[in-house]
Amino acid sequence: MGTSKNQETASGAVKKRSQFNEIWRRLKKNKMAMVGLGIVIFLVLISIFADFLFDYNTVVIKQNTSIRLQTPSAAHWLGTDEFGRDILARLVHGSRVSLSVGVVAVSIALLIGGTLGAIAGFYGGKIDNVIMRIMDIFLAVPSLLLSITIVSALGPSIFNLMLAIAISSVPGYARIVRASVLTVKDQEFVEAAKCIGANNFEIISSHILPNCMAPIIVQVSLKVASAILSTSGLSFLGLGVKAPTPEWGAMLSGGRAYLRNAPHLTVFPGIAIIITILSLNLLGDGLRDALDPKLKK
Amino acid sequence: MVCMSKYVLKRLAMLIPVLIGVTFMVYFILSLSPGDTAAMIAGEAADAETIEATRKDLGLDQPVIVQYGKYMLNLLHGDMGKSYKTKREVFPTIMAAFPNTAKLAFWSILVAVAIALPVGIISATRQYSAVDNVGMVAALLGVATPNFWLGLMLIIVFSLNLGWLPSGGMGSWKNYIMPAITLGTGDAALICRMTRSSMLEVIRQDYIRTARAKGVPEKMVIRKHALKNALIPVVTVIGLQFGSLLGGATLTETVFAWPGVGRLLVDSIKSKDAPLVLGGVIMMTITFSIVNLCVDILYAFIDPRIKAQYKRK
Repeated sequence: MGTSKNQETASGAVKKRSQFNEIWRRLKKNKMAMVGLGIVIFLVLISIFADFLFDYNTVVIKQNTSIRLQTPSAAHWLGTDEFGRDILARLVHGSRVSLSVGVVAVSIALLIGGTLGAIAGFYGGKIDNVIMRIMDIFLAVPSLLLSITIVSALGPSIFNLMLAIAISSVPGYARIVRASVLTVKDQEFVEAAKCIGANNFEIISSHILPNCMAPIIVQVSLKVASAILSTSGLSFLGLGVKAPTPEWGAMLSGGRAYLRNAPHLTVFPGIAIIITILSLNLLGDGLRDALDPKLKK
Repeated sequence: MVCMSKYVLKRLAMLIPVLIGVTFMVYFILSLSPGDTAAMIAGEAADAETIEATRKDLGLDQPVIVQYGKYMLNLLHGDMGKSYKTKREVFPTIMAAFPNTAKLAFWSILVAVAIALPVGIISATRQYSAVDNVGMVAALLGVATPNFWLGLMLIIVFSLNLGWLPSGGMGSWKNYIMPAITLGTGDAALICRMTRSSMLEVIRQDYIRTARAKGVPEKMVIRKHALKNALIPVVTVIGLQFGSLLGGATLTETVFAWPGVGRLLVDSIKSKDAPLVLGGVIMMTITFSIVNLCVDILYAFIDPRIKAQYKRK
């Protein structure tokens, strides 16, 4: 008996790993997705090691007006801004703000929206109706406008920015998680879990949610991109991070006054945003195809 | 058709609870603001007495829930109140900005559809060809580009360097070109991807094979059999994009100093002008919902299967 049980768990482990391997194998075949993944890893590494590349206090925020508005050169690869700060250094440190806002905002949204969606989908009936009607109200207001309202009410800061973007994307997650829970909850393994006396929390967290991961993972990778885009938009309107902190949207906005004489102030932050969003979207599209073989023939 | 009008009425009735919820939510968020609205409106030079008088005048000395109740009561009488800042009626103020936003939305969506539909269809019918690859890379870039940045780039090239187009405001037709391209290309990217994937799905269906087998010319197969069936999701995306454009393209309007609803709203949010913000949000919600409803009705005209569903109900 003991051996057969061991064999069983061993084959289970193999199966689990092979599913992951299968997804990874499909993802590897998608060249665009791999390029996206490569750039995402590169950006993450840059933001982690930003302090080793450029010192925050002496290079990133220290003003030096004698070298202001310089065009790209060997000393300053991407030139300097209106206060004589190195643009490349600010872009590198700016990646920290953008990536962290993107990741934190999406995590908060996923936690709140996912929980609400799971509850709505699992219990159905009145609870479902109340939760989803509240979500409809949030969806009726354009998300950028909702974020602007929240940030201006709470005051501009990185955390409020994260919160505003998170709140405005909660309904999206609630809908997706609810829809996937609905497809899973009537399946036999859920019934089996009920029969062996698992409580609702256990059923939702360890039986239903792991089986709805595919659409959620795809949504997350694509939503981090749009959260970064919203961050730069809000900062562009002056509702993002406070002045010396380097943030791509704020840098773009700061460059607006110098469009004629120093367009590089505006051009480079924009390119940084495009590369980030593009790589995240490529990765997200690749993940979607890899996780759902039905879509690819 | 009776059923259709019943459906439309039902959808319009559903707007009421949504509007109550939206106004309550925005009222609540605005009331969280840390600054003193009365002091801000009274001006920097105002003394404590003037500030108190302003507060009383605007009804800000009462609890938030009472303020909200009064607002809703007035709204029922069609009164959206007066702007704190300009003292002008809210409804005409918004209505003055709305046509500007609507015109821009119209031209932008036209640019988007004119680019996206042909590219999307060609991409799908000649999958993996040069047109497909170039089109899809362009679409990926289009989705990834922040439109306010694209707007600034256009200004650098066409206004500051070439001097061909005005960089902001609205007057002649020349003012429309850059904002419409800025907004249109972003939407074009989305619509193009949707058209391509929807067409690809339809092209693999049996009835397309049947049409080809019975000798229908390829052009007709694409136009009559494939495109008609592939249009539903495309129309949805176009409708949603148009709806959000009508709500005001806040960032693009800011870049091009366009006197539309989006910019009006951002300015009023920044100056905590609650009546104007609420009025704007209400108008936006109504427009967005009505556009969505129109899209749903449009389905029936594109797809006879959906029309049949209305009849059965």
